[in-house]
Amino acid sequence: MHLSLLLLILGLLATVGFVLGRHRALGLVDKAAQLRSLPGYYGAYVLLWCALPSLLVLCLWLALDSGFVDRLLMSDLPAAVQQLPEEELALYIRDVKNLATGNVVSGQAGRELQLGADRYQGLLRTNLVSRSLVVLGLAVLGLFLGWRSIDLRLKAMNRVEAAAKWILMAGSTLAVFTTLGIILSLIFEAGRFFRLVPMGEFLFGLRWSPQLALRADQVGSSGSFGAVPLFAGTLLITVIAMLVAVPVGLLSAIYLAEYAGPRFRTFAKPLLEILAGVPTVVYGFFAALTVAPTLRRFGEGLGLEVASESALAAGAVMGIMIIPYVSSLSDDVISAVPRGLREASLGMGATQAETIRRVVFPAALPGIVGGILLAVSRAIGETMIVVMAAGLAANLTANPLEAVTTVTVQIVTLLVGDQEFDSAKTLAAFALGLMLFLVTLVLNVVALVVVRKYREQYE
Amino acid sequence: MSQSTEAAALSSLSVPFRPGGVADGSASLAMSEDIARATQPQIENSVLEARDFCLWYGEKQALKNISMEVPEKQITAFIGPSGCGKSTLLRSINRLNDLVPSVRVDGDILFEGESVFGAEVDTNLLRKRVGMVFQKSNPFPKSIYENVAYGCRIQGISHRTELDEIVERSLRSSALWDEVKDRLDDVATGLSGGQQQRLCIARAIAVEPEVILFDEPCSALDPIATAKIEELMKELRHQYTQVIVTHNMQQASRISDFTAFLYLGELIEYGPTKSVFINPIRQQTEDYITGRFG
Repeated sequence: MHLSLLLLILGLLATVGFVLGRHRALGLVDKAAQLRSLPGYYGAYVLLWCALPSLLVLCLWLALDSGFVDRLLMSDLPAAVQQLPEEELALYIRDVKNLATGNVVSGQAGRELQLGADRYQGLLRTNLVSRSLVVLGLAVLGLFLGWRSIDLRLKAMNRVEAAAKWILMAGSTLAVFTTLGIILSLIFEAGRFFRLVPMGEFLFGLRWSPQLALRADQVGSSGSFGAVPLFAGTLLITVIAMLVAVPVGLLSAIYLAEYAGPRFRTFAKPLLEILAGVPTVVYGFFAALTVAPTLRRFGEGLGLEVASESALAAGAVMGIMIIPYVSSLSDDVISAVPRGLREASLGMGATQAETIRRVVFPAALPGIVGGILLAVSRAIGETMIVVMAAGLAANLTANPLEAVTTVTVQIVTLLVGDQEFDSAKTLAAFALGLMLFLVTLVLNVVALVVVRKYREQYE
Repeated sequence: MSQSTEAAALSSLSVPFRPGGVADGSASLAMSEDIARATQPQIENSVLEARDFCLWYGEKQALKNISMEVPEKQITAFIGPSGCGKSTLLRSINRLNDLVPSVRVDGDILFEGESVFGAEVDTNLLRKRVGMVFQKSNPFPKSIYENVAYGCRIQGISHRTELDEIVERSLRSSALWDEVKDRLDDVATGLSGGQQQRLCIARAIAVEPEVILFDEPCSALDPIATAKIEELMKELRHQYTQVIVTHNMQQASRISDFTAFLYLGELIEYGPTKSVFINPIRQQTEDYITGRFG
């Protein structure tokens, strides 16, 4: 039975369970008010009994069955094949499967292979049939047990709500486990990288040139993984971006929160926030095709040498992109400063500007710093703009007019195209990703702590 | 000079009388014939004077033809049920209502004979001369010292010894000095509610205003803290003109020299506190102070 059909039948059974449970509960009493719980809860109780165990078993089955079938298939293969080295065995099994499902097979399909394919098809069929039988059987059994257990003493509502709590918890743990999974994969792959390249060299090396020689006699591709130029490039671009975003964002936030009339505010704030909604790839070609050439021409006019892909172009455009992160968050914290503080200051005879400078801004500062930190972590992780506008050359420089490269750009270039997962070049991407993750994680945690501390002060 | 004589002349009128040029208050006047112009006490040195003062929030009229004088260096209380306009009237004196969009006024309020709504009036200077203490204590999230020094700093006083002197004097006169003298650099938000409110009073008197407006200063305080604030107000009586808005009629009767009763935006009765509480002239006043409504 196909999976979707199975799920459909399960859904039908669960609905039947709901109706039956509700009916049975109502049949126990003269009036619905005599029941301990609303009739719908008895229905939901049976529904959960019917659907939850069967769905759980189905999930487990789906997660485990392919490995189990493979094991069975393997044990049926001729002894000669079983003796093969690991890679060849995997290739053989893939051939068997491809033959069974009608895909292209490497080499000639022999009689042995055909036998194996038939065996595999048989196994698959048994798997499907037994899956349907077990799941549906469980559903019917659950329905019956749940239905039978309904009596006047049953606290259906409490049971259903306890189950709901567990379902909600499962949902939230899923997100946590996904994050954990990402972290673990980063750590393991980075660990493999650090076995090839010492951590000290990676963290403190001054030369980044991840091209590895393919042949022993190849020239100029020694491969060196000193990530300092990348960190420096990321830092340089982030600093440029913040130099643009923080002043512009803060000034607009102060204007919007303190001076702008409500009509202008309702019109300007969404417009400003649109900046955050522009796809980064659009910013990327804006930086690469408009800003960078303009900067170059302008620089030439002044007699400066500006690279056609410069840190300044990428950083400035990135700064524009994160203006709304700074302005929107700061606007919120400034608006959240209690009105009483403003009135107290104005009531003392302070002007509005003095009030903002001496009272509102200091009171909002922790929140503003939190917002800026979030913007920084956004800038560090930003990829598309720098890929398009900052260049690939890993220069170790503090000159914003030169091309630099960032951690994110290198991750992209390392993983684009064909790659082998046992070479240091590919694995370096995971080490870089881990560094990036750690830095943004720390920044986010610090920002959240700062923001929370600020909130505690006024609530 | 001529203003006070005019007001005295008005107050002596017992017949319903409106000066011309007022269009809006007439509806309510027609509605209740017995409400004439509110009773007006004889006031010798008036500092503040409202003249047919009306105020609208958008379409809603919050104050209707308020005319009254506030005596110098006395405590005047505004009482009345919630929404009667007493806080609005108070906040019109230092023009803090300017911060509310859609506010419109008619008539006038005079501070020492000059209109506070005049085009040439510097509201910052006005607010320096008319200090305010709010319902919710609102110390700045700075140190105790900086809170008191705030007004001086915005006036450009930054000399440390001068500030030290002002801070100590203000804290002493707000009866807070002994409690905080050892922790002037602590953050003010760590003080108790009553201490915070006394700090706000210290902050207000640090700039030596002529008038202090109190907007329900004790409504968030327990009885002991309230008693301390009242004590303080009494001590300050002969230095500052004080106007207090309060919900608490006992408080008004305990501390004030004059009491104004407002109801639905109108001044119903105004007179020496004793006579308002013991021998009110208007039925509504009596109903309110005896707790029949409000």
